[in-house]
Amino acid sequence: MENQQINSGNARVDYEYRRRRNAEEMRHQVISFAISIFLTLVAFGAVLAGFDKWFVIPFILLLAVVQVIFQLYYFMHMSNKGHEAPQLFIYGGVIVGFATLLCFLTIVWI
Amino acid sequence: MSSIAQKSGFGATVWDFMTTVDHKKIAILYLAAGGFFFLLGGIEAMIIRIQLFVPDSGFVSAGLFNEMLTMHGVTMIFLAAMPILIGFMNLVMPLQIGARDVAFPFLNSLGFWLFFFGGLLLNLSWFLGGAPDAGWTSYASLSLNSQTHGIDFYALGLQISGFGTLMGGINFLVTIINMRAPGMTYMRMPMFTWTTFVASALILFAFPPLTVGLFLLTFDRMFGANFFNVAAGGNTIIWEHFFWIFGHPEVYILILPAFGLFSEIFSTFSRKRLFGYSSMVFATVLIGFLGFMVWAHHMFTVGLGNIANAIFAVASFAIGVPTGIKIFNWLFTMWGGNIKFTTPMLYAAAFIPSFVMGGVTGIMVATAPADYQFHDTYFVVAHFHYVIVGGVVLAILAATHFYWPKAFGTMLNETLGKITFVLFVVGFHLTFFIQHFLGLMGMPRRIATYLPGQGLDTGNLISSVGAILMALGVIVLLINIVMTSVKNVKVGNDPWGDGRTLEWALPSPPPFYNFKQLPFVRGIDTYWIEKMEGREGITPAEPLGDIHMPNGSILPVFISFGFFVAAFGCIYRTEQPWGLAVLIIGLVIAFGSMLLRSLKDDHGFHIPKSELMSDKDKGVRA
Amino acid sequence: MHVEEQFTPKTWPEAPEKATLEGKNKFLGFWFFLGGETVLFASFFATYLALKDKVPKQGDLVSTDLFELPLAFIMTMVLLTSSITSVYAMYHMKNYHFKKMQAWLLITVLLGLTFLGFEIYEFYHYTHGLGFGYTHSAFSSAFYTLVGFHGGHVVFGLGWITALMVRNSKRGLSLYNAPKFYIASLYWHFIDVVWVFIFTVVYLMGMV
Repeated sequence: MENQQINSGNARVDYEYRRRRNAEEMRHQVISFAISIFLTLVAFGAVLAGFDKWFVIPFILLLAVVQVIFQLYYFMHMSNKGHEAPQLFIYGGVIVGFATLLCFLTIVWI
Repeated sequence: MSSIAQKSGFGATVWDFMTTVDHKKIAILYLAAGGFFFLLGGIEAMIIRIQLFVPDSGFVSAGLFNEMLTMHGVTMIFLAAMPILIGFMNLVMPLQIGARDVAFPFLNSLGFWLFFFGGLLLNLSWFLGGAPDAGWTSYASLSLNSQTHGIDFYALGLQISGFGTLMGGINFLVTIINMRAPGMTYMRMPMFTWTTFVASALILFAFPPLTVGLFLLTFDRMFGANFFNVAAGGNTIIWEHFFWIFGHPEVYILILPAFGLFSEIFSTFSRKRLFGYSSMVFATVLIGFLGFMVWAHHMFTVGLGNIANAIFAVASFAIGVPTGIKIFNWLFTMWGGNIKFTTPMLYAAAFIPSFVMGGVTGIMVATAPADYQFHDTYFVVAHFHYVIVGGVVLAILAATHFYWPKAFGTMLNETLGKITFVLFVVGFHLTFFIQHFLGLMGMPRRIATYLPGQGLDTGNLISSVGAILMALGVIVLLINIVMTSVKNVKVGNDPWGDGRTLEWALPSPPPFYNFKQLPFVRGIDTYWIEKMEGREGITPAEPLGDIHMPNGSILPVFISFGFFVAAFGCIYRTEQPWGLAVLIIGLVIAFGSMLLRSLKDDHGFHIPKSELMSDKDKGVRA
Repeated sequence: MHVEEQFTPKTWPEAPEKATLEGKNKFLGFWFFLGGETVLFASFFATYLALKDKVPKQGDLVSTDLFELPLAFIMTMVLLTSSITSVYAMYHMKNYHFKKMQAWLLITVLLGLTFLGFEIYEFYHYTHGLGFGYTHSAFSSAFYTLVGFHGGHVVFGLGWITALMVRNSKRGLSLYNAPKFYIASLYWHFIDVVWVFIFTVVYLMGMV
């Protein structure tokens, strides 16, 4: 059962535990937010600095993927228990999407 | 309000079906609408075969022939096969997992009405200047240049229907994951439920590329975009890729539920449990996964290059392996069983060789170099009709007999059923077997006529005769349906006598809440286990209590109607002054109805325990 | 537990969005829908990448002529901030603070409207200022369709969140509407996820 009620037998303790846990999760989210801003700045910086495009393009794509992983796992709680099926189907979508993208980058012009 | 009291009368019945969110009634709607479109598609096929009966025929014009062949394909796949299979999935799957309805009953209804209005929109094109005429695949350069609005109706009709299908897919996935009865682990689910699960996952991932492709086609044709306009930098291969990234998984969406139906039928009428259950599950999942990796085998002659062709050819060969596993498992199920050749079992027996024949010609066309000879000839037509008719249609005919009592409470006549079987199967082979040779002799696909004296005359004649036999078989089926409905002889919960899974434990048809008490599942073939232990019903998993059921709603009809109206506005926007206004009004109706749905609270209603106990009490345990 | 039951912060379940069967179903169903949307947007990205800078003739507008990084940066920051504000809203929902949740949702909506405003300005500038219309070239059609579909999703999301805020303003939080708020917030995060790829693939890659 994914929704185990926290149960120490003492309602006040349970409540305080939950509040603290929610607050801790919120701290994680804010850290993720800060990291996302940082990654965005780095990406924009890389482009503005005018590095060689064969470096910049894979680099900013990597930064985007990392940022999305943070957002999926923290903002959208994909790291939490009870998210196995969502994970399976998001990765499924990513696989099909990736195959599509790969196709359109390689075999669409003859 | 007494939740079980019902008004009678024609108007009340119509209103009931228009507002129902009951999965069993929605299934009947899908089966009826799908059945109707099957007849339309069949008429389109008959016109094709009459035209090709003799060389140089003038039965229909070339333009009309193009519309016929396009609509035959579109209707059969999108408006007949898919809805009928979704109808069976809707009817049977919740019963098999011990649920009272699907996860999203309102969405279930919306899915049906979107399909219905999409199909209606598409077929109205016949009367509004011409049906689409660029083939069911509607390749971009040809379809962009089609002079009538037919392709516009195609794009928007399929878009609307497609949204409905996507909703159905999500609905089934969530139902199967969240709403199985206690004790029903994944590996105790019946095979039909497994195939519903995998097919729904395929729907979820395969329909978005079609959605995108149809949007691009719509924008190019109706809004001046340049996706496929080579002069402006566009690329027509984009359409082909999107269509087949959808189109190949689509055929697995069609065949997997058919496989599931046959699994149920084989084990039921061999009086033996399905052989190799785990490998069947594994094979189903593998087919689903590999189905996304093979689409460019429809594009071998486009010029994608040898490496791409090789990769897709090998992947296409690989998909034959899990399919073969399934065939062997069905044969081993029959081996040593106590076989009863009822009508469904006859169809199942005919399915094995027919589908395998289609499968082996599939391997032939998957061989990229060889495909340069087969592509766009009648060989391909023969291949896919063997797998689709030999697989999907035989499954549909079998399931019509098999599940008729569960849906309607009566039994179709076995003698007439066997007559349909003989006419249809003989006609099917007559029509399509010869087409392999017509293709090898060089007859191209989609041609409106052919010259005499090229060696094609006899083959086409035989092929058309076969079509007549199939039509006669279908007519006998219709007579069977009418006679059964008129005689209206009611049957019990397990009319075939050998039911193994949960749906056969319920009355035929089940009460609208399905299970008075959710069942306790003790293993695969749950009902069979209870039968072998001498019980009459299923062990319940909960005490008798109030049952929570969803309310009906007319809003799905309005939402779908809104999109239907908007489509007209979109199509005639540039040439009629009312176009834009109608588009906006349609969208307002659609989104407004959605908003209305969201603003009200809808908690459903409860059937009180007292009403459940006042029904005949046999089998109720407190 | 009955959906209309009244709670206190202490009795409110720890995962209110999944405390009922209907909530669990909505949760799962919506994630699956997002899986499908992943494929949808991947397809639009694929189309964009295939048609990037594909124009009828030399000299027609291509990506380097159009995009301005400062604007893309501001829009990114606005949308990203709106994502964290919706997280704050869910935090308050978990703690059963209805009014604070509504406040943060309002801020989310305002930020979303700001984003839209910038995007409308951007499209206006391209079409009327630079002559880069929808029908201009294959590249233009692909650009406006990809970014426009994202913008359309933003519009729908704003309407959805606003409707939820208005509809529930008198009802307060319950186990019936908690799942509704939760999945609207999931949707909003997803839109931000898509934007991360848009600013990377369209704007940044367009200026390289």
